[in-house]
Amino acid sequence: MDRLAYVAMTGAKQIEAAQAITANNLANVSTVGFRADLHEFSQVPVEGAGYATRVNAVTEYGSVDFRSGATQSTGRQLDIAVSGEGFLAVQAPDGTEGYTRAGNLKIGTGGILTTAGGLPVLGDGGPVAVPPNESLAIGRDGTVTVRPLGQGTEALAVVDRLKLVRPDAGELVKGSDGLLRLASGAPAPADATVTVQSGVLESSNVNIAQTLVSMIELARQYEGQINVIKNAEDNADAAAALLRSPSV
Amino acid sequence: MNQALWIAKTGLDAQQTRMEVVSNNLANVNTTGFKRTRAVFEDLIYQNVRQAGAQSSQDTVLPSGLNIGTGVRVVGTEKAFTQGGILQTGNQLDVAIQGRGFFQISLPDGTLGYSRDGSFQMNAQGEMVTASGYRLQPALTIPQGAQSVTIGSDGVVSVLLPGQSTTSQVGTLQLADFTNPSGLQPRGENLYVETTSSGTAQTGTPGLTGLGTLQQGALESANVNVVEELVNMIETQRAYEMNSKAISTNDQMLQYLTNNL
Repeated sequence: MDRLAYVAMTGAKQIEAAQAITANNLANVSTVGFRADLHEFSQVPVEGAGYATRVNAVTEYGSVDFRSGATQSTGRQLDIAVSGEGFLAVQAPDGTEGYTRAGNLKIGTGGILTTAGGLPVLGDGGPVAVPPNESLAIGRDGTVTVRPLGQGTEALAVVDRLKLVRPDAGELVKGSDGLLRLASGAPAPADATVTVQSGVLESSNVNIAQTLVSMIELARQYEGQINVIKNAEDNADAAAALLRSPSV
Repeated sequence: MNQALWIAKTGLDAQQTRMEVVSNNLANVNTTGFKRTRAVFEDLIYQNVRQAGAQSSQDTVLPSGLNIGTGVRVVGTEKAFTQGGILQTGNQLDVAIQGRGFFQISLPDGTLGYSRDGSFQMNAQGEMVTASGYRLQPALTIPQGAQSVTIGSDGVVSVLLPGQSTTSQVGTLQLADFTNPSGLQPRGENLYVETTSSGTAQTGTPGLTGLGTLQQGALESANVNVVEELVNMIETQRAYEMNSKAISTNDQMLQYLTNNL
């Protein structure tokens, strides 16, 4: 069979992978704090004997789109959105530190402040334990203040300060649990310049128009690859027909 | 088969659940003491197809990997225990809680339920019961022929009996509070039950130790914000349509493949 068919097949297969990334972005269009994944293709020449005519395409997980999503006001005191660049630090189940933009926090078992998925949110010294309170406020710099049960406004107490980080976007990679981590594996230092807004949530940053256009484009590219395979088949048919034809 | 189809399906499922939550909030817009719920989404695990930084040969490494997300899931539904509006009804057995706390209701199976719905009624024995007939805990009996019932902001219930000039106290209403009310499990009939995540109930006198005060002749309306729910509904519908578009596009790709090869 013509090698052409295999090159086109690789193309079609990689487009399917890219389409899966696109579909995942669309599926997470209303996931709070979700960062869209970008896909890109790179070329891998087939080396060996003969002319270097064949170049396969390989889908790369390009990187993560770090643009901010739109903010939506919820008024809930445990909803926070990181303004501009920066991330909240959370503790992954394996004990490592991960970073997220999803600020829909809640109080978990034992008064520990967690993300919606139940991962403890990190403060200056590990997970943040919130005592029973009448009201809780998260300040612009991540300071958590509570008014203890049955006490007046004169008894406001600072519980902890959320660990906010601002690592370089180029150093961050998304893990299989959806959390971002430094490529080096080391925890990022807290950055006092990162600010949060309380009572608002950051929506997913998936650009719907762009994603839908990208999906259509990939679908058309896919048809192009299939056409090449079809052409390879037609070529092979023509060659076979020539060989079959009676010689003069 | 095609992964994108299944990923888009998780998106449809999640939006469907969100629509159910929004519909439930809207359906309960006139339910006394109802607290609105919101669906919380989370991205599913990523499938690592190619590891970034792996050796591509003895002395070269792959500059980037390939991680494909596998969709979205609803990680939870969360109740927002914000104060609802207070409606004046004038009914002497209607009680609204202003602030934290829940009424304790004795369920038919002997366990305790917790409720913000203070539209109490009397049963044949004169006991204060909920609309479903479950007794308030600790039980309160209003003597027969009572001319008027007064419930103080601290929960003291006093009645004026016929032929008497002063009121007599028949009991007190207590409130229960939880460290994490969002951890309570709703069980219908305006009732919640305690879970590990809510913590154990701490009972006390209304108005003390952070508990809310009581207001007689008033009810707490649902805390559903209708505008917000309608916006949520529009957003959910559009997200649903986009995911269904992803399914049809992938279907067309596969169709093209099967038709042409």
